[in-house]
Amino acid sequence: MAGLQLDALTKRFDDTLAVDAIDLDIADQEFLVLLGPSGCGKSTVLRLIAGLEYPSSGTVSIGGRIVNDVDPAKRDVAMVFQSYALYPHKTVAQNIDVPLRSQKLPKETRSEMIAEAARALDIADLLGRKPAQLSGGQRQRVALARAIVRRPAVFLMDEPLSNLDAALRVQTRAELVDLHDRLDTTFVYVTHDQVEAMTMADRVAVIQEGKLQQVGPPSEVYDEPANTMVARFIGTPPMNLITGSPTKAPEVAPTDGREVVVGFRPEHVAITPDGWLRGKVLLVESLGHERLVHCEVPGGERVTIRVDPDDAIPHDGEPIGLAPTPGRIHWFDPSTGRRLP
Amino acid sequence: MARNAGRPSSLESVSPRGERRPKPKRSVGRYTLLSLTAVTLLLPVWVTVSGAIQPYSEVLDYPASLIPWPLTTEPIREAWRIANLDRYLINSAVVTVLIMIGQVVTSVLAAYAFTFLKFPYRRALFALFIGTLMVPTEVTIVANFQTIRSLGWLDSYPGLVAPFLAAAFGTFLLRQAFMSLPREMEEAARMDGMGHLRFMWEVVVPLARPAIGAVSVFSFLTAWNQYLWPLIVTTDPDMRTVQIGLRSLASANLDELNLVMAGTMIAALPIIVILLLFQKQLVRGLTAGAVKG
Amino acid sequence: MTGRRSVYSSREVSLAFFLLLPSLVVFGLFVFYPLVRTIWLGFHESDFFGGNRVWVGPSQYIDVLTSPDTRNSLWISILYTLLTVPTGLAAGIGLAVLANKPLRGMSVFRTIFSSTVATSVAVASLMFLVLFNPSVGILSQVLSWEVFEHPGLLNDPSWALIAVSAATVWQNLGFTFIIVTAGLQSIPADLYESAQLDGLTPARQFREITLPLLSPTLLFGVVVLTIIAFQSFGQVDLLTQGGPLDRTNLLVYSIFDNAFGPSKDEGVASVQAIGLFGVMAVLSMIQFRILDRRVHYG
Repeated sequence: MAGLQLDALTKRFDDTLAVDAIDLDIADQEFLVLLGPSGCGKSTVLRLIAGLEYPSSGTVSIGGRIVNDVDPAKRDVAMVFQSYALYPHKTVAQNIDVPLRSQKLPKETRSEMIAEAARALDIADLLGRKPAQLSGGQRQRVALARAIVRRPAVFLMDEPLSNLDAALRVQTRAELVDLHDRLDTTFVYVTHDQVEAMTMADRVAVIQEGKLQQVGPPSEVYDEPANTMVARFIGTPPMNLITGSPTKAPEVAPTDGREVVVGFRPEHVAITPDGWLRGKVLLVESLGHERLVHCEVPGGERVTIRVDPDDAIPHDGEPIGLAPTPGRIHWFDPSTGRRLP
Repeated sequence: MARNAGRPSSLESVSPRGERRPKPKRSVGRYTLLSLTAVTLLLPVWVTVSGAIQPYSEVLDYPASLIPWPLTTEPIREAWRIANLDRYLINSAVVTVLIMIGQVVTSVLAAYAFTFLKFPYRRALFALFIGTLMVPTEVTIVANFQTIRSLGWLDSYPGLVAPFLAAAFGTFLLRQAFMSLPREMEEAARMDGMGHLRFMWEVVVPLARPAIGAVSVFSFLTAWNQYLWPLIVTTDPDMRTVQIGLRSLASANLDELNLVMAGTMIAALPIIVILLLFQKQLVRGLTAGAVKG
Repeated sequence: MTGRRSVYSSREVSLAFFLLLPSLVVFGLFVFYPLVRTIWLGFHESDFFGGNRVWVGPSQYIDVLTSPDTRNSLWISILYTLLTVPTGLAAGIGLAVLANKPLRGMSVFRTIFSSTVATSVAVASLMFLVLFNPSVGILSQVLSWEVFEHPGLLNDPSWALIAVSAATVWQNLGFTFIIVTAGLQSIPADLYESAQLDGLTPARQFREITLPLLSPTLLFGVVVLTIIAFQSFGQVDLLTQGGPLDRTNLLVYSIFDNAFGPSKDEGVASVQAIGLFGVMAVLSMIQFRILDRRVHYG
């Protein structure tokens, strides 16, 4: 059981900076999700923690010990891969046995540990099968079993749900949270799916362009995005961001009239004739439980508004007034993108 | 007389009836053509086999009969007796198996290094391996003969085997196969604490079995069929391979061609059995690089 | 921390060294060293028994490579290539197209057509030795044509190379059939289905779909068959011993004859071998280009 520290962690591949000076403290037994779009460097961070890549500079510490030069197998971490990477010619039991044999444990101990891991993941009756004879969900459980069987201090997962169908994904999310509660182990979980991050994480670390943009509990990342990148990435549809110098806004921008980026989420805006923001409806999408009104505001920017299906729906081309909910408006610096207090 | 050549043998007398897809008329035409082609193709084989199982007088009788009659095992027994065929077959088997095992082992090791290890000059060394394809045995026979002679390996298994214990083609083919293993498999093995040798033996080799099979069958076939090298390094009849044994059988018995036919038949049989058993692997080895995929 | 870990781990480097060592020893001893030594031998002359080697310099390369014997052998090898490669490939295409229909019993035909791949050069050549033998007279029986009569194809200067080529084409047919069949099977079936809908005749389907899509396979076949042709030796050794009148004296047979025949002139043989190496190097480079492209990005 151990916490994890990343200190100015940097990874350069030839000319590209994949991971740019990331500092991150992960507490013991925390469920931390590394969230970001594909290619943002989150998987590289995970692989640096695992020891599959070596840092260009900075350090990785596990349980207070710097592990930069320690072999993956000796870092007390286990990993579940996106493809599960099961050995196709070995049975489930033999797959789970591989890391145990590396530790040169006696046979009886190993069989006990295999049985226990299999019980924990409800795959006890599959131990004699080969991966090809398993369903996607079962394979994923075997991969989890192979990872937990040696009781690692840190448990790394690289998009483990991306190969499952939607229904199974929802179910497995809950099971992973349950597994985390039972195991008392630190989880570091990489995903590009914000729903997974929001539902499972203790804290979410948003990474973009190799940099750590924000760390915090899911609600904080959603309610107080640290910059426009995070604001744009979290939430579907994403937050509306408009650049300008709003003078008519009821809330005063904290910039003394200079240009600013105004942000508000689609659900935090009302359509009223006396709204201070004027817009023209471009398209109305009906999703059944809600409607999305897309409109254009002066300056050509697009704004999306989430409307209850019972409310009146404007029609295409109609000019409307928009009033973002007071207290739910975010202000960002237009040059740095950073949140203004 | 010409009718004989066109007569379908039992192998081709497959009925086109019951075939669902193509129109029956077309199939009949195609079967006829296929059968004629097969018969023409097999004519040299048929001539050899029929010559080996009938008295020589019948073969020489003009016009020679293509239907062997009366049947006799005399030519086979005689060829076996005078040509020392069992010794040749044993020599060929020993040499071939040693070469095959040697090539597979050295190729697996080298291909593993080229695929999974990082070391300086890796690309250059691989190019050097591939470069050996430009230097077939035919180019180096003079110098290699002198090397083997100075090692005292003329007329010996080491002399027949040693130059062929490594194979660029096998290394290349296996490297391709190894590279197609998922990268995450290798990383999972590292996380699970497998060392390189254990990963090679426990994961890479079992998963690359089809490619290893192709390399094995391919090297078996080429080693068994070698001609020039064994001709040069053996003079002792006891050390000849079956190919060279056939050569001496033929040059000594040009007057009794039925002995040559019998010897040819015996020499061809083992490899035909191997081919029938391992057709799939052989096709894989031969077509590597010929077709996309 | 930067730079603490070098690009290579010493453990991996030493493991790589041991894994490559067996191959490197074999290649060093039996490919690279003899290649250099052959070049070196080409600068020397030796007496009848290969002793008393004396330096004669690069002039020997010029003398041997321009000598009538070498030029004849090179010419014969080229002729032989022209006789074996196009016909072999055409026959292979014919067989493969013929057998490329999902008919019942087709696997029997496929096995027969690929079976010659199992025959060694000795077996194939001796079968043809019997076939061409005028006193056995099989051919003159099937096709009564007087070239098959005495003295027989193999002793007829204008027919010997053709006869040797026939044996070669037959022996390689299994290989060509196999690669062309694999090439045919890699052509997507829906192309033919749409061609049928467009009303293309089978002949036009062959010209407009089969041949173009088969061309990479055919290119590979041409290169490999050419390499095989330039390496051929056993056919000549068993059927004609280079004769009659040197009309079948292929390059490799000439090298062998100079090195191990009665004249035992290792210098001349070495120069010819280096000439062969030049041909092989060009052909192998083309072959590897194809191989690399196919297997890598195919």
